[in-house]
Amino acid sequence: MMPARLLRQLGHRVTDRLWRLGFASRFLLMTILYSGTSLRRFQLTIREIYFTGVLSLIIILVSGLFVGMVLGLQGYDTLQRYGSSEALGILVALSLVRELGPVVAALLFASRAGSAITAEIGLMKATEQLSAMEMMAVNPIARVVAPRFWAGVISMPLLAALFSAMGVLGGYLVGVQLIGVDEGSFWSQMQAAVDFRQDIMNGVIKSCVFGAIVSWIAVFEGYDADPTAEGVSRATTRTVVTSSLAILAADFVLTAFMFRGL
Amino acid sequence: MSDDPLVQIRDLNFAYDNRSVLSGINITIPRGKVVAIMGPSGCGKTTTLRLIGGQLRPTSGEVRVGSQVVHELSDSGLYQLRRRMGMLFQFGALFTDMSVYDNVAFQMREHTDLPEELIHDLVLMKLHAVGLRGAHSLMPSELSGGMARRVALARAIALDPMLIMYDEPFAGLDPISLSIVGDLIRTLNDALGASSIVVTHDVQESLKIVDYVYFVSEGQIVAEGTAEEIKHSKAPYVHQFVWGEADGPVPFQYPARPYGEEMMEQPSKPTAWWS
Repeated sequence: MMPARLLRQLGHRVTDRLWRLGFASRFLLMTILYSGTSLRRFQLTIREIYFTGVLSLIIILVSGLFVGMVLGLQGYDTLQRYGSSEALGILVALSLVRELGPVVAALLFASRAGSAITAEIGLMKATEQLSAMEMMAVNPIARVVAPRFWAGVISMPLLAALFSAMGVLGGYLVGVQLIGVDEGSFWSQMQAAVDFRQDIMNGVIKSCVFGAIVSWIAVFEGYDADPTAEGVSRATTRTVVTSSLAILAADFVLTAFMFRGL
Repeated sequence: MSDDPLVQIRDLNFAYDNRSVLSGINITIPRGKVVAIMGPSGCGKTTTLRLIGGQLRPTSGEVRVGSQVVHELSDSGLYQLRRRMGMLFQFGALFTDMSVYDNVAFQMREHTDLPEELIHDLVLMKLHAVGLRGAHSLMPSELSGGMARRVALARAIALDPMLIMYDEPFAGLDPISLSIVGDLIRTLNDALGASSIVVTHDVQESLKIVDYVYFVSEGQIVAEGTAEEIKHSKAPYVHQFVWGEADGPVPFQYPARPYGEEMMEQPSKPTAWWS
C-alpha cells in the first residue's frame, strides 16, 4: 500500500506542477498580448520602472561595490601566486560582466522588486481591487500586470550594468588604491581583454532573460495568490525561491550556449 | 413586476465545483427601481451579483441585461456592457495607490477622451454628490469606512451607469454613515434614472429605501414582495429575518451530530500541529 500511495502523491505533485506551468505560460502569453496599453501609455510603465528599478538602486549599487571589492581581494590573492597580479582588472571585469553582474543583480532584483510586485498584486486581489477593475471594464492584465512585467524586463539589464560598473569601481579601489596594483595595467588590460560582443552583450542578453523570468514569476504568483494574508505571504516566498532557482538554471543553460571553450 | 425589466434572471443554477450555490433563481429588476436581494451570509447573494456582472458563468439558466444574455457575450461585448454598469464592493475596493480624485477619475480616463479640465469638473460633481468634494486630495488610507464607501459610490457612478450594484453597502458602518449611504443609494438612483440592486442583510436600513425585495436562503428565492409586504409578512422565514429572532426556520446551530453522542467521544487531535 505504501509504495502505491507514495507513487500517487508523486503523480499528484507532478501533474499539479505541470498544470501550474501551463497556466503560467498561458498567463505570460496573455500578458504579452495585452501589452498594448503599457506601451501606448508608456507613463504607466515608467511609473513601475521607478518602483521596481529606481528604488532597487541602493541595494544594487552597494552590493555591486562590495562584490567588486571582494573580487579585488580574492583575485589579487590568487593572481599574485602566478605573478600576474596586473591581470586583476581583467579578472574583475570579466567576472562581473559575464556572470556576477547579471546573476547577482537578478537575485537581488527578485528579492527586492519581485517580492514587492507579488505582494502588491496579491493584495490588490485580496482587497477586490482587481475585481473592481474588471467590473469597470478595464482589463487588469493590461492595466496592472503588463506595465509591471515590462518594467522588470527594462530595469533588469540597466541594474545589472550598474552593478557591474560599481563592481569594477570596487575592484579598482581595493586592487589599485589599497593594494597598489599598477593603475595603467589595471585599466589597459581590462580594455584590451573585454570584448563588447562576446562579453558585454552576452551579459546584457543574460540580464534581459533574467529580468523576463523574474517579472513573469512575480506577476503570475501575485495574480494567482490565494486572496488571504497567508496566501499572499506564500506567494511572495514562492516568487523569491522560484525566481532564484530559475535564474541559476537559466544562467547555466545560457552560459552553455555562449561557451566558446570547446 | 414590469413590462420592460432591465435585468431578468431565469431558472438560474450555479455551482462551485459540485457544490450547488444557486438553484432555480428567478429575479426581475425593473428600470428605475431599487431592488434588494437579502438573505443570511453565504446564501449566494454576492454570487448573484457576480453572475449579473459576468464575472461568473451560470451552470444553467440565463441572466439577461437589457436585450443581452450576459454569459453569451464575447470578452469585448462583456466589457462594453460593464461600461454601463457600476458596482460598489463590500469594502469599497478603492485603488490604494491613487488619491480619492484619481479613483473617481479612473474610468473617465480609461474609457473616454475627455480633456482633463472636463474630467476635473465631473469628478468634483460626483464627489459633491456624495458629500466628499473637500476630500478629493486624500488617499484611501486616510478615509474612514463610511467615507471610503461614499468615494466608491462616486466612482461607481462616474460614467452615469444604467445599472448600479451594491454588495453589502451597509456592512460595518456607524449609524450616521449607514443612513447617509442608504439615502445616497436612493437619491443617486432616482437622479441618474438608473436601476439598482442592493445585496444586503441589513433589513431595517434597506427596507427604508428599496422598492422590492427578494429573500434568498440556501440558494433559492424563499420570499419576495414590496418593502411594506415584507415588513408585514407572516411567513416564518421572513418574519425571523426581518425581526432578527433567534428561533425560527433559520437554525442557530450548524448541522452536527447529536450533542450527547459527541460529548462522550475522546477529544480529537488539534488540526494544526502547533496547537
